Amino acid sequence: MASNKKYWKSVEELNENSSIVDTLRQNEFVEEIPTDEFLGNKESLEESSTTRRDFLKYVGFTTAAATLASCEGPVRKAIPYVVKPNEIIPGVADYYATAIADGFDFANILVKVREGRPIKIEPNKEANGSTNARVQASVLSLYDGLRLKGPKQNGNAISWSEADAQIGKKLKDIQAAGKTVAFLTSTDASPSTQNIIASLGDVRHVIYDAVSESAALDAYQTMYGNRALPSYDFSKAKVIVGVGSDFLGDWQGGNFENGYAKGRIPTKGKMSHHVQFESNMTLTGANADVRVMITPAEQHLAMAKLYQAVVQGISTREASPINTAVQKAAAKIKKAGKNAVVVTGVQDANIQAYALAINNHIQSEVMDVVVTNNTRQGNDAEVMQLVADMKAGKIGALIINNSNPVYTLPNSADFVEGLGKVDLSVSFSMSDNETANATEYALATPHYLESWGMIEMKKGQYSLMQPTIQPLFDTRQFQDAILKWSGSEQSYYDYIKTSFTDLGANGSWNQALHDGTFTVDVTEEVVANEFDLSFGYKAPKADGGLQLQLYTKTGLGDGQQANNPWLQELPDPITRTTWDNYLTISQADAEGFGIENWNVADGGLNGSLVELTLGDVVVTLPALIQPGQTVGSIGLALGYGRKVGMKEEMKTGKNAYHFYSDFNNSQYGASLKVVAGEHKFACTQLQNTMMGRGDIIKETTLDTFNDHSLDPKHTWNPVPVVSLKHQEVEATTVDLWDEFDRSVGHHFNLSIDLNACTGCGSCVIACHAENNVAVVGKEEIRKSRDMHWLRIDRYYSSDMTAERAEEEGVGVKQKFAEMEDPSANPTVAFQPIMCQHCNHAPCETVCPVAATSHGRQGQNHMAYNRCVGTRYCANNCPYKVRRFNWFDYANNAEFDFNMNDDLGKMVLNPDVTVRTRGVMEKCSMCIQMTQATILKAKKEGRPVKDEEFQTACSNACSTGAMIFGDINDKESQVAKLKEDKRAYHLLEHVGTQPNVVYQVKVTNA
Amino acid sequence: MKSVKQQRLISRLTLSSIAFLFIFTLNLSAQGDAANGKKLFNMHCAACHKLDKDLVGPKLGGITDIRTTEWLSAWIKDNASFQEIDADAKEAANFSAASMTAFAFLSDQEIDDILEYTIPVEVVEVAGSAAAPVVVQEQDNTLLYMLTAIVIVLVLMVFNLYRTMTVIKDGVESKSIADSLNGVWKAFKGNKFLHFLLVIFFLLNSAYFGFGWLMQVGLDEGYQPIQPIAFSHAIHAGDNKIDCEYCHTSAKHSKTSGIPSANVCMNCHMNISEVAESTATEEHSKEFYDGEIQKIYDAVGWDKDKLQYIEGYEKQPIEWVRIHNLPDFAYYNHSQHVTVAGLECQKCHGPVEEMEEVYQYSPLTMEWCIECHRETEIDMTENGYYKKIHEQLANKYGVEKVTEAQMGGMECGKCHY
Repeated sequence: MASNKKYWKSVEELNENSSIVDTLRQNEFVEEIPTDEFLGNKESLEESSTTRRDFLKYVGFTTAAATLASCEGPVRKAIPYVVKPNEIIPGVADYYATAIADGFDFANILVKVREGRPIKIEPNKEANGSTNARVQASVLSLYDGLRLKGPKQNGNAISWSEADAQIGKKLKDIQAAGKTVAFLTSTDASPSTQNIIASLGDVRHVIYDAVSESAALDAYQTMYGNRALPSYDFSKAKVIVGVGSDFLGDWQGGNFENGYAKGRIPTKGKMSHHVQFESNMTLTGANADVRVMITPAEQHLAMAKLYQAVVQGISTREASPINTAVQKAAAKIKKAGKNAVVVTGVQDANIQAYALAINNHIQSEVMDVVVTNNTRQGNDAEVMQLVADMKAGKIGALIINNSNPVYTLPNSADFVEGLGKVDLSVSFSMSDNETANATEYALATPHYLESWGMIEMKKGQYSLMQPTIQPLFDTRQFQDAILKWSGSEQSYYDYIKTSFTDLGANGSWNQALHDGTFTVDVTEEVVANEFDLSFGYKAPKADGGLQLQLYTKTGLGDGQQANNPWLQELPDPITRTTWDNYLTISQADAEGFGIENWNVADGGLNGSLVELTLGDVVVTLPALIQPGQTVGSIGLALGYGRKVGMKEEMKTGKNAYHFYSDFNNSQYGASLKVVAGEHKFACTQLQNTMMGRGDIIKETTLDTFNDHSLDPKHTWNPVPVVSLKHQEVEATTVDLWDEFDRSVGHHFNLSIDLNACTGCGSCVIACHAENNVAVVGKEEIRKSRDMHWLRIDRYYSSDMTAERAEEEGVGVKQKFAEMEDPSANPTVAFQPIMCQHCNHAPCETVCPVAATSHGRQGQNHMAYNRCVGTRYCANNCPYKVRRFNWFDYANNAEFDFNMNDDLGKMVLNPDVTVRTRGVMEKCSMCIQMTQATILKAKKEGRPVKDEEFQTACSNACSTGAMIFGDINDKESQVAKLKEDKRAYHLLEHVGTQPNVVYQVKVTNA
Repeated sequence: MKSVKQQRLISRLTLSSIAFLFIFTLNLSAQGDAANGKKLFNMHCAACHKLDKDLVGPKLGGITDIRTTEWLSAWIKDNASFQEIDADAKEAANFSAASMTAFAFLSDQEIDDILEYTIPVEVVEVAGSAAAPVVVQEQDNTLLYMLTAIVIVLVLMVFNLYRTMTVIKDGVESKSIADSLNGVWKAFKGNKFLHFLLVIFFLLNSAYFGFGWLMQVGLDEGYQPIQPIAFSHAIHAGDNKIDCEYCHTSAKHSKTSGIPSANVCMNCHMNISEVAESTATEEHSKEFYDGEIQKIYDAVGWDKDKLQYIEGYEKQPIEWVRIHNLPDFAYYNHSQHVTVAGLECQKCHGPVEEMEEVYQYSPLTMEWCIECHRETEIDMTENGYYKKIHEQLANKYGVEKVTEAQMGGMECGKCHY
């Protein structure tokens, strides 16, 4: 049955008497034009010395001057290469396969290069690559003007040869004195780098992950002998039980959404069942079929009970909601057997061992312990030992690579103190960050797009990294420097080439470089050690106070790309808030503490400021009331609050690493109090509402979906009806307009599967990069002037009913509470919305200058040069996808983001216009890409293949939620999806006939 | 020498008469040895030899004075084996490190022709035949003519009217022209309606021309900036018939036609460091052109005397002035028009091969683009991409041919995104 859920985006919408929501529904533009600001102030008007006559004189003069000046066109130069490289044809993009491994994100990617400038990152699908928002945005970090531009000693620029000589001598002295030379690096998953470090002789190499997975590594080591992480292929899973593991986020290096989504699309009536136990509302929980809210401490309990139930066969009949949920999950796991998997993000080796033991017990096919995952290798104990040794003066030299411990270490004060006692401290860093400023030598390293490299993300699965641009600055790779210091004449490029041969890989080096990957067969067998898991369950000391769950956001991750405006402006998929981190708190707790969130007249969200105390760390933060946050727990994102080497606008949020003691993402005994003042969020959740029109999200259950006796058109995917001549008819049959024949040539459609969309946001960044979408900044976002052509709406809903309460064993009190207050544990749906490219577009008919019109290929065109900025189109658009350029965002010091500096401009796509002030813009369905594809086929004199048609978003989507193509090609994937029984259009009753089609979300609760 | 010449004459006669029997068209080329020799020289020898100076190989002007024809013939056909048997040849090979290609395929007659060409002749100054390019901007004067005609007719009508009136009034024909003109003037002065008409006429006219003037603001038709190198398309594309796409290589692959990089110039100018005397025009002397070629060498760092690149030279790109400037919001792709549509470059760029200095030939307005899209029919028969579309059109509408506009070539989004 079609669900009778009520969907909402902001808690404010649940308030029936909210005047703001009402206003926002009525008005397209939230704010009135502020004429009063300059005309209303009578005093200042009268004080002004400019008379009306003078004013007219100025106007006359400027008009005349401007007219005269415009008669003479500027002389433009065309400067060709002196010697054109063979592989470059100006105007034609080259693609190179490479890989990102920045210590936090790992992926096989393709880089689109125009005239020697990388301009876009795409997933290398042939090498199983998938890109998240940060990987997509990493190309802009290459053009960060605040990067470290050359080697420095104590802040003064030196040359590389000086640095080599000085450091080389010091290293020799230190080694001669018998002091330890220590390396502190992030995980780079590169065996060649580790070998190079080892070639220096007796050195200590400590790997440090800013966001730790050490507990899981420890557990694996205990169980299987070596230090690694298992791989997981969620596409094989029928039952997934997650306990505090945000595996659609950054859990254990991420990259799981691809497999996960495959199991989520109902094929042949089957899809996976996903139960998530968690404290914060995460992407993973938002996608789960059953989401159980428990505190961080209860996550330990849940895992212990799950272990008991599945492995030991002990099931307790305790009548607590957790126990009920755990027992249900255990039953599902047992039933699914080897097709089930349990994953946990609890940073406790014992709890991690439970998960491994359960998976081992059920012989889970999802978990692979042979082809292990190398993307997290940090060892917390060794890091702590290193800091202690540094303080004790035992370390002679500390060489840091691609790591920012001064910012990320919870005990960074100890680390800085220890640095003072080290004879030689060197930091290899791309950014001019906190650590680079604290060490004696700061050596500039190239961005990964300027580097060579060889990475082993999974055992036996190697990726090659190759430069796609000449180094922008005077940089040198860490590996090259170490090779030099070790006395080797070899360059790192030669080194990895030799390693390639030594590894005995199949195929040639050139082929491997072209493909970006190569594999080496893994034959070893892994046997689980028998070890004692009967240590019993030890609950963490969580008495009193709030439990803080630290997490990483989709946008900033561990914070190394914090100077990237695209990522700062990416709305968080859950909170839809940009440019900030904040304390997430449940409604109940908020009321208890007197914390408030309220929307002000312009739609902007304000919130109380709170002072969070944990141990001796006190930080003042804004608080955001988060539906789905477990009562008694609070959430806070890491990665914000960086101050060094950052543009002023990017210095957002507060550093949460201070709370990250023992590298544990769960912290207990936090207290908070409301302090004076309020915080202004830049939250987009109330913006661009669809005027309260319904039928936006359609959801059904797997059982209903599988019930073949039901006609979807009249049950779970109803076609809206309208009244025609006093008779109810299907809205799709009624039309105000004559149909245009689009059967000849191409007719583009985009299908978006709400089941596969995890809300990860990589499409949003891909759209930014492809279409030169401007960053507008926090202030403008707050005024609803965001420029995102593609937004991912997040809807909450709840259908707590008496039946469901009984079924789930929800207590009477809680049942009524949830029925009354649907915002406590809402289910979540993500819906990417871009221009729907309506065949009968309401925007087109109201444009007085015909600036927006329809193409026969289904795209709704927008001619910027014709637009005069009346904004009628945006008013008439039922989907609210049009964006108005209130300002010039390029070459404007007021918007000091990437389009305002020469370096940042290098990322612009030369095939797409940079829009100017006063014009409307919107999604073009990447017409530049479809045109290029068609032209390529024409040049080669052949029809276009289905998979060739792509948009930036569909290409970036690693879950396959977005499928783009030509519906006139009946064999195409999208043509079939358009006819799927799950297919529906947004606001079908309006009769706009969109070319974007959505697939009904099916849940398997 | 004479006898040799005699021999040659006989053989030549024999050969040409045989050639005449078989190929009638050959008679033209057989008119003189030197003419055919020049052709062959340019084809096979000019890459390494010049008549008047050393290049990769020694200068060949007057070579027949130094070596005998037999010796030369043997050398040309297979210098490597000739070196083994001839001491002179061995020594001659030391001229350059590069060894000369064997031209075994050249017949004796052809070798003779080439050698004939190398005999120095007195240079006769050829008057600059290449006229300076005249950029005639044809304006559409039809309307002006029409307006003048109307004015004349109007004046005549007024005059006639006046005459008729006087005839009717006085019954007498006016005596003198002066009188009648005076009369016309008087009548004109008195006729308020005529004044009114004239004012309206004047206003309409000025509005028309004013609008026309305003419309051409921002149009750069005929824009002919001074370039850093006085590169002559007339010499390259016109006289030497170099294909446009030899230099503008990206035109068939890319959205830009591509200004050739200096290394493309060097493909030929490695050997051509100066122009022929005959290339000089009234406007530009030989020295001028040679100086322009030197600018390429300055850019890439080429030593024209040593015939090699200068080591460690800091290369300087040539900053050409861009002539064809489309606004940023308009997307144009050369390969679409060159490769897919198969258009001649001249269709938009005009007779470039006649231009000493290139100017903007077409207005590059949207109207101009659309005009062409309206008229141009798409050839759907050759290209595999159009096969399906062609079938669909034929089945559905019975249409065999469509214009670019009908295929959607006039939609905003095809050029503006």
